Amino acid sequence: MITLADVVKFFHRGTVNEVLALNNVSLEIARGDCITVIGSNGAGKSTLLNCLAGSFFPDSGTLRIDDENITTWPEYRRAKFIGRVFQDPMRGTCGAMSIEENMALALKRGMRRGFSLGVKAADRERFRAQLRALDLGLENRLRDRVGLLSGGQRQAMTMLMATLVRPRLLLLDEHTAALDPKTAKQILDLTREIVERDRLTTLMVTHNMHQALDFGNRLVMLHRGEIILDVRDAEKAGLTVQDLLERFYTASGERMESDRMLLG
Amino acid sequence: MTWYAFYGALEQGFVYGLMVLGVYLTFRVLDFPDLTVDGSLPLGAAVSSVAITAGVNPYLSLLYAAAAGFAAGMVTGILNTKFRILHLLASILTMISLYSVNIRIMGRPNMTLLGKPTVLDALTGLGLPPYLASTTLFGVFGLVAMAALVWFLRTELGQTMIATGDNPQMITSQGVNTHTVIILGVGLSNALVALSGALVAQNQGAADVGMGVGTIVAGLASVIVGETVFGCRTVTRALIAALLGSVVYRLAIALALGLKFGEFSFTPSDLNLITAVLVVVALVSPNIKRRFRGRA
Ligand SMILES: Nc1ncnc2c1ncn2[C@@H]1O[C@H](COP(=O)(O)OP(=O)(O)OP(=O)(O)O)[C@@H](O)[C@H]1O
Ligand SMILES: [Mg+2]
Repeated sequence: MITLADVVKFFHRGTVNEVLALNNVSLEIARGDCITVIGSNGAGKSTLLNCLAGSFFPDSGTLRIDDENITTWPEYRRAKFIGRVFQDPMRGTCGAMSIEENMALALKRGMRRGFSLGVKAADRERFRAQLRALDLGLENRLRDRVGLLSGGQRQAMTMLMATLVRPRLLLLDEHTAALDPKTAKQILDLTREIVERDRLTTLMVTHNMHQALDFGNRLVMLHRGEIILDVRDAEKAGLTVQDLLERFYTASGERMESDRMLLG
Repeated sequence: MTWYAFYGALEQGFVYGLMVLGVYLTFRVLDFPDLTVDGSLPLGAAVSSVAITAGVNPYLSLLYAAAAGFAAGMVTGILNTKFRILHLLASILTMISLYSVNIRIMGRPNMTLLGKPTVLDALTGLGLPPYLASTTLFGVFGLVAMAALVWFLRTELGQTMIATGDNPQMITSQGVNTHTVIILGVGLSNALVALSGALVAQNQGAADVGMGVGTIVAGLASVIVGETVFGCRTVTRALIAALLGSVVYRLAIALALGLKFGEFSFTPSDLNLITAVLVVVALVSPNIKRRFRGRA
């Protein structure tokens, strides 16, 4: 169980540029929940994920993972529990290092690192098997620099790396948005496969409403830093895009900028 | 160039090669331009000289020097990470402070080691002529340090160091505290630089607070020369290139000093200018090599 209680996050507090990015957000994420997060630009979706990951600390409120209060844990310490895939495919992998070196780094997520060899011969077979499952031909390129790969290949690797050590929480922030439609679909299918296989507790931000309805068992809608909709299971399954737009209108009193949201 | 000058350049290339390996570690691996080296080179010289004068074994004094260099590098790393001071400025602050510290350590701006034991005694004792003894010994030091770094950068810890320089966000989300890695890395780099300074002092029989001026520029020039001549496709290759680059750079300097244009010839004090120009040329024309190849 992961809990956010009354989380408040300002940016540029006390200046003319003050933004209230998260306004008293409370959310309980049960083990195995797979939540899609939607909302218009600037709604606070990324802020919510960054707050969980520890990119910054909330101004007030608490974060708990199981019974541990992690509110003031730095990002690197939380990484032990959290796997993360970013929107930008460049951010999740090390371009200057080889495929196997990247995977070896991910294999030690949250663990002590010492003076043993980084890439161990025994792990190579495992890396190869996992890369083969991606069906991108990467299994024969273990020694190639990741910088030589395409954005989609890098994102697929980031997805693998984020889940190599099973995370207690997987954070995906528009992780298919920078890819072409075909690659985006591949990555989404891969995501679904891994999340279902490992029964990962997941938070996935998306701009595509169809995707949001189609993926996961729960949907959360953010607006101006507040959660204005939180539906799950049967209720979520019965929703259509039209319903979502109406719910948004009722809850916020505004029309959703539906162009990007629909086609995403 | 005489044989004597050639051996001299080789010896300088190896002894400063340790410093170049340190500069490679910060500049290329950690992506941390570190000017601390201008202060940690004389720091190593000062610590080693004072220790030897106090009767410490010359080899043991190298350890003291390296430890002092490590501490100096850690200060820069801490200023940068914990106090969020820009890396360049953080390293300048440490470098400037080291000027005072070094004079405090020696009690004066320079000191001589004439007549004192040095690491070279063992080899000259075997009957090796001094110029061969120093070249051999420093060559061994350079090779050992290089091999140690090759090994280190392949360990789990070394790999996190490479990742920290390349993509701090990625390695943080893999659970690594980049601050610690930077502090350790800059420390390690300056330990090598101080070791280099200690050997230089023992070799020339004196330590001087001003001997570090231009170290960073010479280090960068050597790294860049090495990369251009020997390539840097892998980390191992780049480390070999850094050490050899140091030798090539010192040979080039020796050649330049031997040049005569009518009345004009270069003096050792022109070296910093020549080196700086060399670095500028290398930095502003990263595709020189590509063009070179295109023509060939
Ligand atoms: N690091 C930051 N510094 C200053 N302001 C920020 C920062 N991060 C986010 N904000 C502001 O906080 C608000 C919420 O931003 P956030 O990135 O969470 O939105 P989002 O829902 O992810 O939007 P998008 O769909 O555009 O990605 C915005 O007004 C944004 O300008
Ligand atoms: Mg966002």
